[in-house]
Amino acid sequence: MKVLVPIKRVVDYNVKVRPKADESGVDLNNVKMAINPFCEIAVEEAVRLKEAGSATEIIAVTVGAENAQEQLRTALALGADKAILVETDLEVEPLGISKVLKAIVEKESPNLIIMGKQAIDGDNNQTGQMLAALMNYPQATFASELKIEGEKAVVTREVDGGLQTISINLPAVVTSDLRLNEPRYASLPNIMKAKQKPLEVIKSDDLGVDLNPRISTLKVSPPPEREAGIIVESVDQLVEKLKNEAKVIS
Amino acid sequence: MTALVIAEHDNNELKVSTQNTVSAASKLDSDIHVLVAGAECNAVAEEAATCEGVTKVLYVDSKEYENFLAENIATLIKNVSDDYSAILAPATTNGKNYMPRVAALLDVAQISDISSVESEDTFQRPIYAGNCIATVQSSDAKKVITVRTTAFDAAPKGSNSAEILKLEEVNDAGISEFIKEELAKSDRPELTAAEVVISGGRGMQNGDNFSLLEGIADKLGAAIGASRAAVDSGFVPNDYQVGQTGKIVAPNLYIAVGISGAIQHLAGMKDSKVIVAINKDEDAPIFQVADYGLVADLFTALPEMESKI
Ligand SMILES: Cc1cc2nc3c(=O)[nH]c(=O)nc-3n(C[C@H](O)[C@H](O)[C@H](O)COP(=O)(O)OP(=O)(O)OC[C@H]3O[C@@H](n4cnc5c(N)ncnc54)[C@H](O)[C@@H]3O)c2cc1C
Repeated sequence: MKVLVPIKRVVDYNVKVRPKADESGVDLNNVKMAINPFCEIAVEEAVRLKEAGSATEIIAVTVGAENAQEQLRTALALGADKAILVETDLEVEPLGISKVLKAIVEKESPNLIIMGKQAIDGDNNQTGQMLAALMNYPQATFASELKIEGEKAVVTREVDGGLQTISINLPAVVTSDLRLNEPRYASLPNIMKAKQKPLEVIKSDDLGVDLNPRISTLKVSPPPEREAGIIVESVDQLVEKLKNEAKVIS
Repeated sequence: MTALVIAEHDNNELKVSTQNTVSAASKLDSDIHVLVAGAECNAVAEEAATCEGVTKVLYVDSKEYENFLAENIATLIKNVSDDYSAILAPATTNGKNYMPRVAALLDVAQISDISSVESEDTFQRPIYAGNCIATVQSSDAKKVITVRTTAFDAAPKGSNSAEILKLEEVNDAGISEFIKEELAKSDRPELTAAEVVISGGRGMQNGDNFSLLEGIADKLGAAIGASRAAVDSGFVPNDYQVGQTGKIVAPNLYIAVGISGAIQHLAGMKDSKVIVAINKDEDAPIFQVADYGLVADLFTALPEMESKI
């Protein structure tokens, strides 16, 4: 079974991002970049499927600028076998990304696509579902458990009310939630080995996919500030303030 | 112009998130229809018809929609989408699951999780865990939108009696199958709709200690939430998680207990009206967003609080 893992280069999750002073966008100057945490979980899941003998080959793919090769190398160090960079300097929307991924799926014919449920920059939570739609594949989003059973995948999903289990026919798209697994750290020897693994670069123009944006960002502003609060001295004072000042309890 | 709102329900009851979404749709200056798709969900269609602002309910009743499998629901929505200039769903796990699929079938770029409607094509939405608010304009003729429910008041129910139009639309993609659901049963209010939420973090140490929160929740009629660390450690089930990747809440009162205040947790609760933090570490970042901070050991503070409210 061949597994495709689309990944994204994003701001490291510890960074508190701010808008640029002129509100024209997000200030990403000198900010640490990393593989999106959900994508890392997706890579880990693919590697575990390979270790368990159900996956034979793992291909990591990303759509982005040349520097996104760093995150592909991370995926290779975690255990992917080969990587593909679809290179573009455009900021591509989820719809465009899913069209590029469709072209890659048609080229590579994976049986399973595992990807993150959302990227922590745009917080869109769209690409996996869109790819599934374009391929007419079933989807299992927000996965916390994945089992391969013959030509099907049985997936437990984290939903608002608890957990839901569905069975989907392969090929399919699965998107990872936080509790699907805990990714390993890449070992130094594996980081070295990753440098030798194949990384193919494809120009997005060569795929003939429409990447024109449909949404324009007019401005990026800071969220409303909260007024500074106070430290209370005791439970008594807390209860008194909640009753008489904030009036949120009676 | 007419907007279509996709109803969130469990085949028995309409969820409030539908009413929040109707309220977002009403800001688009258009007629509002609601699609109720499910199995044996007649009562839900009737409930939706009473929502203020709704002019028609499309009602589709067939077992393929019982469990809201994305493949079947998305095809249904696409098939009824022709006459609509906007399609909106609440950003619940259901809405997040099927809406991008609808968008791709319609070749539209979805606008996720809107927190405000600026005009019929311009919206605000939080990005980067809510650290930035983007104002975005869509050039698609048809808008596909998911709605951050806490940002819109619920459209009231009861005053209206919109027409209910029953449609026969059967879509069984046959590629996915529902197996089972383990849903938490609770007498407490729903986390995302509660007036008061009390959440515990890693500082709670184990699941049993959540009983310290329950006593207070009982007295305040509160819902109970948790940080990711508390869920990952198995203290409480996943549906308690508040945050960037869990639930977004904005109650009148949010009490964070033994929670440090990571960016990802704040993303889910910092629009609450009043925030209380109880933490033994005075440098915990949660105090930066708290209206009232109490530096204390939760194991002494919680029983005392319970006895005094
Ligand atoms: C991609 C991604 C998504 C994430 N999404 C979410 C999300 O949706 N929601 C979320 O919550 N997190 C999320 N996280 C995790 C987040 O980064 C933090 O790790 C998490 O919120 C920490 O939980 P915590 O505050 O309970 O634990 P900790 O950070 O360990 O804090 C525990 C706190 O308890 C206090 N404490 C301990 N003992 C006591 C005591 N006896 N009395 C009083 N106080 C005490 C400590 O002082 C400390 O401040 C996400 C992380 C990533 C990478």
